[in-house]
Amino acid sequence: MTSVSETKVQLGGTRGGPDVATLRQDRWWIQPVVTVSILTAFIIYSTWAAFQNKNYYVGVQMHRDLISPFYSPCLASDCVAGSKAGFALSGWTLSPALLILIFPLGFRLTCYYYRRSYYRAFWWSPPACAVADAHSSYSGETRFPLIMQNIHRYFFYAGLVFNALLTYDAIRAFHQPGIGFGVTVGTIVLTVNAGLLWAYSLSCHACRHLCGGQVKSFKAHPIRYRFWKILTPLNAKHMNFAWSSLIFVAFTDVYVRLVASGAWTDFRLF
Amino acid sequence: MSDITMRVWRGDAEGGDFETYTIERNEGEVVLDVIHRIQATEAPDLACRWNCKAGKCGSCAVEVNGKPRLMCMTRMDTLPEGPVTVTPMKTFPIIRDLVTDVSFNYAQAEKVPALLPPPMPADGYRIYQEDVERAQEFRKCIECFMCQDVCHVIRDHEDNKQHYAGPRFFIRYAELEMHPLDTNDRRDLVREDMGLGYCNITKCCTEVCPEHIKITDNAIIPLKERVVDAHYDPVAWLGRKIRRKTKTSAAEAAVQPAP
Repeated sequence: MTSVSETKVQLGGTRGGPDVATLRQDRWWIQPVVTVSILTAFIIYSTWAAFQNKNYYVGVQMHRDLISPFYSPCLASDCVAGSKAGFALSGWTLSPALLILIFPLGFRLTCYYYRRSYYRAFWWSPPACAVADAHSSYSGETRFPLIMQNIHRYFFYAGLVFNALLTYDAIRAFHQPGIGFGVTVGTIVLTVNAGLLWAYSLSCHACRHLCGGQVKSFKAHPIRYRFWKILTPLNAKHMNFAWSSLIFVAFTDVYVRLVASGAWTDFRLF
Repeated sequence: MSDITMRVWRGDAEGGDFETYTIERNEGEVVLDVIHRIQATEAPDLACRWNCKAGKCGSCAVEVNGKPRLMCMTRMDTLPEGPVTVTPMKTFPIIRDLVTDVSFNYAQAEKVPALLPPPMPADGYRIYQEDVERAQEFRKCIECFMCQDVCHVIRDHEDNKQHYAGPRFFIRYAELEMHPLDTNDRRDLVREDMGLGYCNITKCCTEVCPEHIKITDNAIIPLKERVVDAHYDPVAWLGRKIRRKTKTSAAEAAVQPAP
């Protein structure tokens, strides 16, 4: 008979080794410092960009159709002409970015990879492996608010919608008003951005689980097994896609912003 | 060749301190070789566990320069210049010198509900290669318990030991949950009693695993996602209701006769 044992775990007992935070001699602090630097820079930049509410669209006057990923879909009623999505939220006068950024932000905030990174770098829980936790008590993700990390898959679903919209934006950018089909640096930037966001989403652990990982028997679900086989090597590179897509989405906004403001020219390749 | 300085923790439950040994450096040696030479020449009473000297038994797990390592697999020439510190695994109570009491892990092992296959069909059980392959990685575990040692949930918070199984046993739970013939459902158990939610996926267990098992990506996160299926996903719940799919809980399985 299978049973759940009631074996009690003996607590306490003197531990060996010196009572110090760590005996590591390598530069374990580099990784948290780099993580804090990049994420803080991104948070500051994206907050600033979200509140700007201008220079997020390059339109007909410049014979381009480039929209910043921070502002797509542009749902506010006062969006710049040409940048509007199919419908608008009447009465919304704040930056349209504030309506949509919660979804990609939530996706990254609850992402398993980013959790690892910010728990280490910002919360020091722990700052690095075999380096003492900075907190005297610890409940992990068992209580509110961190138990909310379990809704990651819903942000994943929302992320797919945004990926589809940004892909549409990238395809649309190849048709330049008054000129016709053409490839510019801006179209390449938007396309690479959409590609990296797809790679980040499809390499997600929740995606891998939902596509095939959750089944008990691969033999009984050959199509899901195929999906799982495709996504597994992609999942191994999730960290790379997490960083590259984060940096590139900010760069895309910078690029569109500088072109829209007239500081940069969007060069036409052919 | 030059000499090397080894700072080895000596002591027991009553207390201890570092003892420094200066010993000749020999080419190609691993930390275990040096510890054995210290035993042979300077400290015959130095206690350490070892067995296979091939990285397959997991007995010689200690902390070298503050990181969990197998002494038999850590080459001296891969360590930075300067004194090398060797200490017992920090998470477990010390017995003597480099030897710790790892019985916490055996207590956790006893708690794992066993495989519960369905009644034997007329032509016997059959498992296919693709299903075998997924769990094969988890079978590589040599139970060195370095993943348990490095996990901050119990390394830095002794009180969590009562309700946290640790990465080594999450591998075991994942292996059973992914077994195509298993009818037992351990999702409630890992969530409520084994402390899966305490893991904050810092991946240290994966970093130290000498068998390179992707503990976090292939065992812990899939387990967390299974718990989400069962408790935090109304769409999955609706899907189960529509398909009238139910699983046996660990508690129910406990009162079912074995096949």
